[in-house]
Formats: sequence, C-alpha cells, structure tokens
Amino acid sequence: MNKTDALIIGAGPTGLFTAHQLNLIGLNCEVVDNLDKIGGQCIELYPDKPIYDIPAVPECTGEELTNNLLNQLKPFDIKFHLNQRVEEVKRDNENWIVKTNSGTTFLTPNVIIAGGVGSFEPRKFSPKECEKFENKSLFYSVKDKKIFEGKTVSIFGGGDSALDWAVELSKKSKVNLIHRRDEFRGAEATVSKMHAQVKEGKINLFTKYQMTSVKGNGQLESIDIKNDEDEIKNIKTDYALGFFGLIMQLGPIANWGLNIDKKTIEVDTEKFETNQKGIYAVGDICNYPGKLKLILSGFHEGALAARACFKLARPNEKYRFEFTTTSTNLLKRLGKKE
Amino acid sequence: MAKITYITSDAKVHEIEVQNGLTVMEGAVQNNIPGIDADCGGGMACATCHVYVQDDWFNKIPKKEDGEEDMLDMAFEPKKNSRLSCQLIVSDELDGLVVNIPTKQA
Repeated sequence: MNKTDALIIGAGPTGLFTAHQLNLIGLNCEVVDNLDKIGGQCIELYPDKPIYDIPAVPECTGEELTNNLLNQLKPFDIKFHLNQRVEEVKRDNENWIVKTNSGTTFLTPNVIIAGGVGSFEPRKFSPKECEKFENKSLFYSVKDKKIFEGKTVSIFGGGDSALDWAVELSKKSKVNLIHRRDEFRGAEATVSKMHAQVKEGKINLFTKYQMTSVKGNGQLESIDIKNDEDEIKNIKTDYALGFFGLIMQLGPIANWGLNIDKKTIEVDTEKFETNQKGIYAVGDICNYPGKLKLILSGFHEGALAARACFKLARPNEKYRFEFTTTSTNLLKRLGKKE
Repeated sequence: MAKITYITSDAKVHEIEVQNGLTVMEGAVQNNIPGIDADCGGGMACATCHVYVQDDWFNKIPKKEDGEEDMLDMAFEPKKNSRLSCQLIVSDELDGLVVNIPTKQA
C-alpha cells in the first residue's frame, strides 16, 4: 500500500501543476494516469497544435506545455503510475483507499481528480457483434505481433498506427487495409511505404469502405465491408485490427458517490471539494457556476485544492501563505537554497 | 439568428433558434439536445460532435477546413454528409439547416 498526502488522478496540465503546488507547500503526492505518457489531452489530442492563452506564454504547443510543466516539477520527487486506471475509491476512517486496475493501492487523506473528460479508451468498431471477438481475434492495439504470422489480418484506419502496422505485419501476414476515404492522415513517408507494399501485392487496399458486420463462431472468420455506394464485400480474415484513435470515457469515476452532472463533478469554489470530504475535482472535469474549461482555470483550481489538502494531511499544523520570491522554506523545497 | 433543426437518432425533432456566431455544436449543448458530446469543447480534436448534414444543405454550407476530414476518420459511422458541428458557425445563411445526430458518438 502506497501512503501519500495526496493522490492525483490525471497527469494532464492541471494534474501536473497541482502536483507542483502540493510539493511546494510541503506535501507529497503520487499521480495515476490511464495513458502510457504524461500530458493528458495536451499530449494525446493536440501535441503539435499551438495554444495562445496560457498567461505569460504567448504561444506553445501541447507538447511544449507538458514539457515545461514537467521541468517545473524537477525539484520534486513525484511518483507517476502510468498505464493504470483508478477503479475504486473507498473510505477508510480519515483516509481513502484507492485501487487501480493493475492492483496498485494507495492510502491517502486526499484524492484530487484532475481527470479531464475521463480516461482515454480506444474507439471501437461500430457493429455490436465485434464485442464477442474482442481481445481474441479483434483488437484495438497490438501486444504480440507473432500471433498474426501466416494469418490474414484486416486493418482499419487511416492514421499512422494503422499504416505502420499494415506495413509491419505485411512482412509475415496477408494484410487487408480498409479506410473510409482515399486520403490518409498518416505521415507522408508512412503513406508511401504503404503504397509501395500495395504495389508489390503485399497489402490489399480497400478505400471508401467501412466495416458493417463480422462473422465467425468463436473465432473471427470473415467481415463485411461496405462503400459509399452501398456495395458490400465479404473478406475472409483471421484477425481484425481497428485504429480509430482514442476517446474519453468517464468510466469508474461515475461509481464513487460524487455529484455528477453532464460528465462533470460538482465542486465548491473555495476548496474545489466534491460532496465527499477529501475528494476534490479540478480542471475540465469539475463544474461550478461560471466554470471555464481553460488550462489557466485548472491551475487556479489545483492551487486552491492543494491548500485544502494541507488541512487533512497535516491536521496539527497550520498552513502559512508564502511567496516563492522571498520564503526560505519554499526556496529550500525548490532546491534554490541550502 | 437562425433556426437549426436537430433530429436525434430516435427521430425526435428539435427546432432551436441559435444566435449568429455560435456553432451548431454550441446550439445543441446549450439547449440540452442529447447525442452531441463535444468532449474537447469545440477544438476539432475529438470528433464527438459529429452530425449528418441533410443533403440539400451539405453543398450550401462552408466547406471543411484542414483537419476536419482527418478527425472524421475517428467519428462513429461517418458518411459522405458527415460534419463536425463545432466547425459549423451559425449565421443568417444557415437559417433552416437540418442536421441528424448519429446513434452515438463513440
């Protein structure tokens, strides 16, 4: 069991700055995120898109913002638990016991939900029957490429993941690549590699087609694809892979007894506390009168929630407001003074 | 002001007067029309405000800008007349626009 003064759920910009604020006032924290990387929506949705409304930063991309926030955290020792989704939050006297889907557990008086719009999950195929084959012969990521050797694999999507896997798997498998239009949004070099494999007959390309149904008994046997003119083709296949990017799902947060309205959590504007003592929500996921879904609002909310955490983590101490420009205490924590 | 008609997947018709300058997405969200999630808040980064624009309107409205078609690759059951409603800005010219909302966004 990991004991910590505060657990932050979500490693996006708000979660990162909240971690900074906690450490600055002398509290330790750990951070959990379902993605395999730090940065949340900034890194998953718009790493290359410029942002123009961060105070005192005229222009930066999602990736630059994430890197700058990580730089700001360098003086502190913060443990990140990536690739893990928080499943359960349970009260234990004055503390919360938090469990992730990988079995990591935390004991903490403070849980700060900085979860954006929820956790990122792969977007799935639309036919409902696909669920029956999921993780057996139909996947949304590749864990072990050996299982595809010598088999027929049908890959759906037009981005880099779909193209990279089509090219890679075409070396040892029969590959069908299916995409809804002629243009591919993947990197130019990857698109040319794919077209080269198509010319050599290593990849069968079907554009302007989408999946309409899957057939098979336990194991996938064939799929139907349909084009804009409603022509249907049946393709024999052993496996299907879908690469449609990620979508945000509120997920287990809905079961923690919080007041939720339209996928957001109601909080007060003093501590950003939810209806549960010691559980806070900050950033895009919180809701209060006048809420703006801006990164700068998340920073403010995290700073106040961190101060509220102090009361529960250090019940016998008094929090004193200090400036980083002048406080010896703070400068020591920042490693600027011995 | 423009009258926008949103038809949800259960065939319910919602006629809404939407102010010029708002997006078709905002018109739906502000009036609690179900089926438009708009997770990213209008940044053309999530494809969860996907709508089908009725054929007679599809060619009349401003064309897609760079990036919208890429995002539509991720949408749930995209069709020829698919658009992201966060990219449709309401003006007098859009008065009478009819959009269908897909069965779900993901």
